[in-house]
Amino acid sequence: MGLTNKSTGLSLINDNFEVIKFSNNEKIITLAGNPNVGKSTVFNELTGLNQHTGNWPGKTVENAKGFYKYNDNNFILVDIPGTYSLISSSLEEEVARDFICFGNSDTIIIVTDATCLERNLNLVLQVLEVTKKVVVCVNLVDEAKKRKIKIDFDKLSNILGVPVIATSARSRKGLDKLVKSVNDVSFGVVKNKGYEIKYSDIIESEVKKLTNILDSLIKKDINTKFISIKLLDMDDTFHDSLNQFLGFDLMENEEVKNVINDIKNNLEQYDIKNYLFRDEIVSSIIQECEKIYSECVVLENKKYNEKDRKIDKILTSKITGIPIMIILFAFLFWLTITGANYPSEILSKFLFWIQDKLILGLNFLHFPDWLTNVLVMGIYRTLAWVISVMLPPMAIFFPLFTLMEDSGFLPRIAFNLDKFFKKAKAHGKQSLTMIMGIGCNACGVVGCRIIDSPRERLIATLTNSFMPCNGRYPTLIAIITMFFSGVVVSGITSSILSTILLTLIILLAVIMTLFISKLLSKTLLKGIPSSFSLELPPYRKPQIGKVLIRSILDRTLFVLGRAIVIAAPAGLIIWCMANINIYGSSILSYCTNFLDPFGELIGLDGTIIMAFILGFPANEIVIPIIIMSYMATGNIVDLSDLNMLRDLLVNNGWTITTAICMMLFCVFHFPCGTTCLTIKKETGSLKWTVLAFLLPTLIGIILCFLVSSISKLLFM
Amino acid sequence: MENLNKVPIGKKCIVKDLTSSKKERRRMLDLGIVKNTNIEVLYKSPVGDPIAYFIRGAVIALRSEDASKILVDIID
Repeated sequence: MGLTNKSTGLSLINDNFEVIKFSNNEKIITLAGNPNVGKSTVFNELTGLNQHTGNWPGKTVENAKGFYKYNDNNFILVDIPGTYSLISSSLEEEVARDFICFGNSDTIIIVTDATCLERNLNLVLQVLEVTKKVVVCVNLVDEAKKRKIKIDFDKLSNILGVPVIATSARSRKGLDKLVKSVNDVSFGVVKNKGYEIKYSDIIESEVKKLTNILDSLIKKDINTKFISIKLLDMDDTFHDSLNQFLGFDLMENEEVKNVINDIKNNLEQYDIKNYLFRDEIVSSIIQECEKIYSECVVLENKKYNEKDRKIDKILTSKITGIPIMIILFAFLFWLTITGANYPSEILSKFLFWIQDKLILGLNFLHFPDWLTNVLVMGIYRTLAWVISVMLPPMAIFFPLFTLMEDSGFLPRIAFNLDKFFKKAKAHGKQSLTMIMGIGCNACGVVGCRIIDSPRERLIATLTNSFMPCNGRYPTLIAIITMFFSGVVVSGITSSILSTILLTLIILLAVIMTLFISKLLSKTLLKGIPSSFSLELPPYRKPQIGKVLIRSILDRTLFVLGRAIVIAAPAGLIIWCMANINIYGSSILSYCTNFLDPFGELIGLDGTIIMAFILGFPANEIVIPIIIMSYMATGNIVDLSDLNMLRDLLVNNGWTITTAICMMLFCVFHFPCGTTCLTIKKETGSLKWTVLAFLLPTLIGIILCFLVSSISKLLFM
Repeated sequence: MENLNKVPIGKKCIVKDLTSSKKERRRMLDLGIVKNTNIEVLYKSPVGDPIAYFIRGAVIALRSEDASKILVDIID
């Protein structure tokens, strides 16, 4: 069976799709809904957790579990990936479907988007066909109000036969009512009458024949009409999950087989054969949605989405679309570069001031010299470097990036760039996973699950590390400032020049991604592009305050924490390597000497290569390691000054060529340890992981070799 | 009847038939694209493909290959 809990990351669920309870008086609540309707926001607000949110479909690719209390009752809340319907097509949608159909939820909350209710009702009706234990949460009512969309919630609740609660989860409006309603439904205080979809007479009477038989065969509590329709629909993946749920195969029953054949013959006489059966079913549901929608929703302003259209026209137009996109990203980089300058300097001065005090303190405590050196020169100094170089750009870039995510701009980028991906025979949503990669490659790789086709998903996974992640920006920025913009000019012009260079590097990475995607499509991963649809959600005003706190606390500190955990031992290793001598030379110089010939061949040196190898667990520490290694050979430098730092590098043989090759290799080299592990987990294959490791490394080596050879020819 | 990808920007049309099969067809059904669905053609991406459509209250972008498998009548 293709779908296993392990392969989809649902470890909190056992083989029968059940959430494991800790005690019997806990209730299990599932959060279902279309993609991008604010499920994760509802989840975060109810549980106090921080599941990642953003205004684009497909953020939640894994189930998240949280807890909350209401009236002394305990609730386990499960956030499942968004799905348009129970007729699933992608892996994440199958996860959602199985969880809704076979999970042991006490209540399912279906979160819907008030600004797009008609489409959302489709899923509501389908879930209601499975179970009555549902609470419909109409979210984003504040947005709907702004757009003058009027919804009659009482009427909607009457028609659907389940509670309908209006919420605006971002400002916590309506959530109290929601938890009360969920409580009442879970404990049976309120009995839902539910909703039955009426299909055409022929379908109803034919399906009934199968339902009658299933009623006697299935002992578990599940709607047999729904199962009948699914069996007639011949949905293979559903069939697999159903077998797993029931513990036996219904299709092995002779009676069932005969009736199904019988029904199929009858339906064929009405011209409803095979796939047209599904069309019939879906059409009936959609017609009912249309009807309910027209009864409960009034559009007071028919041009309610005029403003979005206007913005879209500018952001996606032939002339302005792509330039605006590039300028916006460049602006983001510029803010990061200029904003990070001062805090970096102050932090570095402060941390090195502490270093002096530390040495004094340790001397005062009569620590032996070698121990002081290990602790301060080895561990502390590397840490100080990582923090002062990494923290400011991250603390600026992450929130800005999250703001952009929240606004709804990302899907427009995918829209603008899709044609290029189509030409590379890749999936349009790959641009979304690339943008996630700019934040963190491991996140980008997990995000590739939003791509349905396995071939295109692999392409996106293998090329994700071409996008320089947050851990690599500061390295790029530092080198650009030291060797290019900072040398020529100063002040604002310098930062603009840095921005342009950084943007060009990103463009190179994008072009390389497209090129390699195409290459893969023509060789290892042959195939044609699969069908593609992308929703462009309404723009939403990002919540600036919340974004700042969330992205700094959750993402920045998390990533920095990881870097620190790795930097400390790396600093120790480097110090030891530099200070332990064998036959008159340090271990460090043996290593760098060994790597030097290869390093020089590609315009770098042994120290840089070693820094990249030691930086495998976290790329953040590459530059600090290079500095530590150079400094270990002698000169002490005032590290708060980038000019001094450049002198250190130049004294160790760096030229413009070295700087260019260093940047190229920074962008194109093996993904970090976490990313490699994630690729292994996502692809389930060592072979693809090795390829994901080798591919960027080879490209990096080739590019660097070319650049250094050309420069040698030019300057000979 | 016309292929949806040939309908000019700004026009409204109504779905008459779907010619896609299997997975692609499922996708279309998921998005609420069935017979008699109203679709408005909104705008093209900068390089001409995909095109954004207004379908049942949502803006959905479709590649020309996929849109060509939706047959429509122009109504406005």
